[in-house]
Amino acid sequence: MNKTSILFAAIITFGLMAFTNHSGGIYKTNTGNINFFSHTPVEDITADNHKVKTAFDAETGKLQFSVLIKDFEFPKALMQEHFNENYMESTKYPKSTFTGTIDKMSAVNLAKDGTYKSSITGKLTMKDVTKEVSTMATFVVKGGIVNAKASFTVNPVDYHIAIPKTVAAKISNEIKINVDADYTHSH
Amino acid sequence: MNKILFFFILLATTKLCLAQDLDLLDEPELETIDYTTATFKTNRVVNGHSIETVAKNEFDFKISHRFGFLSGGPYDMFGLDQATMRIGGDYGITDNLNVGLGRSTVDKTYDGFVKYKFLKQSTGLKTMPVTATWISHMGITTLKWPQPDRQNYFSSRLHYTHQLLIARKFTEGLSVQLSPTLVHKNIVDSTKFKNDILSLGVGVRQKLTSRTTLNLEYYYVIPNQLEEDKTNVLSVGFDIETGGHVFQLFFTNSSGPFEKAFITDTKAKWLDGDIRFGFNIARVFNF
Repeated sequence: MNKTSILFAAIITFGLMAFTNHSGGIYKTNTGNINFFSHTPVEDITADNHKVKTAFDAETGKLQFSVLIKDFEFPKALMQEHFNENYMESTKYPKSTFTGTIDKMSAVNLAKDGTYKSSITGKLTMKDVTKEVSTMATFVVKGGIVNAKASFTVNPVDYHIAIPKTVAAKISNEIKINVDADYTHSH
Repeated sequence: MNKILFFFILLATTKLCLAQDLDLLDEPELETIDYTTATFKTNRVVNGHSIETVAKNEFDFKISHRFGFLSGGPYDMFGLDQATMRIGGDYGITDNLNVGLGRSTVDKTYDGFVKYKFLKQSTGLKTMPVTATWISHMGITTLKWPQPDRQNYFSSRLHYTHQLLIARKFTEGLSVQLSPTLVHKNIVDSTKFKNDILSLGVGVRQKLTSRTTLNLEYYYVIPNQLEEDKTNVLSVGFDIETGGHVFQLFFTNSSGPFEKAFITDTKAKWLDGDIRFGFNIARVFNF
């Protein structure tokens, strides 16, 4: 061990740190939006969650969502209570998550304003059931803020969400999920 | 020397890890105030009110029936030949402030109430062990005067009930409510009996499935306030929630669908088989 090797180690260390700081990094928000919409001839049901936590890694394209079920807001108080109590059982399963990848991360130039598209694939977990989900997402880069929009549909039955026969006509088996988040670079 | 080298390696790796890990899912959630919801399925336990209020601009339309005694046997179709009923509703001025009106066949009574939820059970940033609601009822009996020849006063038709409802949702399934209650009657049959009657209500609900619950309700009237033939009201109920409706099916020994009647006018005894079947149907409308 001599001074040269320490110097060498120091150069490598700070070099790596400098490198990781500049390459991509994490883009994040705690105020993403998720809306769901269930349409049937009998009734339209919609709810919004404005407290969605989501982040992606600009280098690898790794993408995550963490959603608290109780933060979904309904126009009718009773619907919100039944959603939490009967359908999602939010005390037992408080969180829904998504982990996946932005498949064409390299095609999204975060340094340049513009509109980019990429497919997203990953795993959606609700009520401890995990299913593969894939969809197209649109990224709009403007002044360092990355807006991402995507939608896909889920079938409640796939996630063990029991719907009694008496209300089956009111709840669609193709519930549309709309995602809209403004990511900013996090240091 | 080795230690210094080790330090740099450690610094390099931790920095790399920090920069690369997307650890959103393991992040602790921001602490918020989590208010307890759905302590009861609806704003009645069985006969009496629960701490629940209807939300702002919602109208909860209620129809209640109590049939005759099961002990009436097949001749009375186990009580279904007779019924008392109340038709009425609860309205949310705000999420916590409700007013209600009703009309009962029992003593041709109109009733009205004001209900205010002033404490909410919560966890998280703010811990509150119970939900508490105040309710004041007024009732007007509109029966023809039994002795029209004597001087009768309108005030004699009035009675009041004031209740402090305190409930705690202990687990997802079990909720318990205590309801200290004061009933005031403007007129009683004799000076032997009290105008102000104190009682304590106890309500318990246990969830059976996500949409059904079993409810127990008992009002203990402190002795020596009422006529000797009066007894305490005990009810066992079963709630079925179907979305917009809550059906409450129950057995009780009272025919009274309002507070003064079931707390202070109950005579029938469970042990004599003088049990009535009854139901409340609640339907919520949004405005």
